[in-house]
Amino acid sequence: MRTPDVFRTQAFRIIAIYLAIFALSALALVGFVYWNTALVMDRQNDETIEAEITGLVEQYQRQGLPGLTDVIIGRSVRGDQGLYLLANNDRRVIAGNLDTWPQVQPAENGLVEFAYERRIGGKPELRRARGRTFALTQGFLLLVARDVHERRELEALFTTMLFWGAGLMIVLGLAGGVIVSRNFLARLDVINRTSRQIMHGDLSHRVPVSGAGDEFDDLSGHLNRMLDRIERLLHGMREVSDNVAHDLRSPLNRLRNRLELAAMRQPADSETARDIEAAVQETDRLIATFNALLLIAETEAGSVRESMESLSLDDVIEGVGELYGPLADEKRLHFSVEVPAASAVIRGNRNLITQALANLVDNAIKYTPSGGSVVVSLEHGPTGPALVVADDGPGIPPEERARVTDRFVRLESSRHTPGTGLGLSLVAAVARMHDAELALEDNRPGLRAVLRFRKSEIVPRTAKAMPARAEPRVEEVH
Amino acid sequence: MRILVIEDDIEAQRYLVKGLKEAGHVVDEAGDGDTGLTLALSRPYDVAIVDRMLPKLDGIKLVGAMRDERNMTPVLFLSALSDVDDRIKGLRAGGDDYLTKPYAFAELLARLDALVRRRDPGTVKTKVAVGDLELDLLSRTAKRSGSAIELQPREFRLLEYLMRHAGQIVTRTMLLENVWEYHFDPQTNVIDVHISRLRAKIDKGFEAPLLHTVRGAGYMIRAHA
Repeated sequence: MRTPDVFRTQAFRIIAIYLAIFALSALALVGFVYWNTALVMDRQNDETIEAEITGLVEQYQRQGLPGLTDVIIGRSVRGDQGLYLLANNDRRVIAGNLDTWPQVQPAENGLVEFAYERRIGGKPELRRARGRTFALTQGFLLLVARDVHERRELEALFTTMLFWGAGLMIVLGLAGGVIVSRNFLARLDVINRTSRQIMHGDLSHRVPVSGAGDEFDDLSGHLNRMLDRIERLLHGMREVSDNVAHDLRSPLNRLRNRLELAAMRQPADSETARDIEAAVQETDRLIATFNALLLIAETEAGSVRESMESLSLDDVIEGVGELYGPLADEKRLHFSVEVPAASAVIRGNRNLITQALANLVDNAIKYTPSGGSVVVSLEHGPTGPALVVADDGPGIPPEERARVTDRFVRLESSRHTPGTGLGLSLVAAVARMHDAELALEDNRPGLRAVLRFRKSEIVPRTAKAMPARAEPRVEEVH
Repeated sequence: MRILVIEDDIEAQRYLVKGLKEAGHVVDEAGDGDTGLTLALSRPYDVAIVDRMLPKLDGIKLVGAMRDERNMTPVLFLSALSDVDDRIKGLRAGGDDYLTKPYAFAELLARLDALVRRRDPGTVKTKVAVGDLELDLLSRTAKRSGSAIELQPREFRLLEYLMRHAGQIVTRTMLLENVWEYHFDPQTNVIDVHISRLRAKIDKGFEAPLLHTVRGAGYMIRAHA
């Protein structure tokens, strides 16, 4: 059996879609919260700086450069997060706790983000700061900033973690999806397997119920109840047809026996004896039709499936060819049997397949006029072996081909030849029972009837058993 | 011959018994399995005709019980079940032949005859002869009045079967089942064609024909008409 692809299951698709939506919304939510928080914190920072600048500018206006310098020196040594720098218009440092004016062009509103060097425990460290520049009168420049190094680092860490987190979520989610799908598949597989067994005619199978009481158990329960019902119906139908068979067979049997007894008492070759003989023949035709119908019904119900065995199709062809060859010769037909080097072994009911091929050959011989030809062959097609009976007789018009396998259908042209009109119906029923296909094709001219099988083993002809029929081939197969 | 008929369908039983008696046989009858088994075990019969489905004791179990008691009377099953599977079950249970209803009376008589003859102490024969026709089963050759007859393998088997049942009627179905081992109705009488070929080989050019057609029944091979 083909292992189903876990990634192609419905469960996996649902999980993948859900995971994608979940990951996107989680990213969006976290991103939104992060972005807003960062924004608020930056704004607070900017507002504090703005306020400080306003204060410092006031100080400058009241006390001039020396006053401002004093305040800046005072604030510079406080050692908190505040960074201050007062420079002249050459950007030379006058006062403050930054060594140089940052080499960054400020934005239009004077906001600037820059890196600076700071000694922590004697070691210089490059850190990030965010602040504002302000041009004082007389060309002096003022910079007020805050160290945002920790925050920026935190932000970077946060972003990294966000992506790692999302990645991990997807990996775990997909792994979960695979596990869930496997589980799902395992249970579906049980249902599929049971269905296949049932389709092969064994209606006694039931889908196992796990007892978990979930949707699968519900489904299995429903399927099983449906199967119970089908089995009951089928059983009822079989019983009815068995009863009909029995009830019709007994009176037919008595009728025939009575006629035969009556014939025994008549002098041979009397008129009554001939009448009785004709009546017996009529009864036999009735019985033949009846038997054919019953056989079709049994074949369609699959009740003959128990007697399936491994059989080689070339044995079947050779046997039927040998049986019908003389009949074709007598009708002056060119009759040939063609069997390829590789033998095809299939599982089937020998009797039914033989009868199906015999029906096809019988039809071909019956409808092909003298001088024509009938070829019976075994072909190896792409899907499996095929039994082919080809003739160059009148064939079947394309519009009639689908209809001729129906019961009792006889073409206008064949009304006057003997037959029950059930031959092809039986072939079609046998084909269905063996998962095979009956195709009626144009042989240009004539009919090409093909019985195509699906599964087979190809056995080299030398390896197969001798086709002798010394022993009855009765093989019980379960 | 002495025949035991075990059949629960009274009407069918009546005709069967009547027909067998008219054909010159001595017949006992039973309407259910239990009575049938008692009769089968208490008296010697040449052959028993047993319906597959019987009240009290099913036909298959009945034959099983007979065989357990070392009673080897040949049994012919009659059945309204035509299934190949049923046939196999019947033969496996110890039945010697199986005939599906409705059957031709001639067919039944021919089969009974074949069953009873089969019981004859079967020393392994290497030669069969009917009149001046001789069949060597070892070298697979046939001769009539000393001159060899060329036969196909299947023709040989057909002739062998007919000659082993010389003087008995052999039906077309019996030939299809025993010579070809097919259990189906071949619609057209294909067997007749094989017989006429065989007849052309063994009887053509000889004054007394050996292979005879028995109207409404089948064929028979015998030395004198």
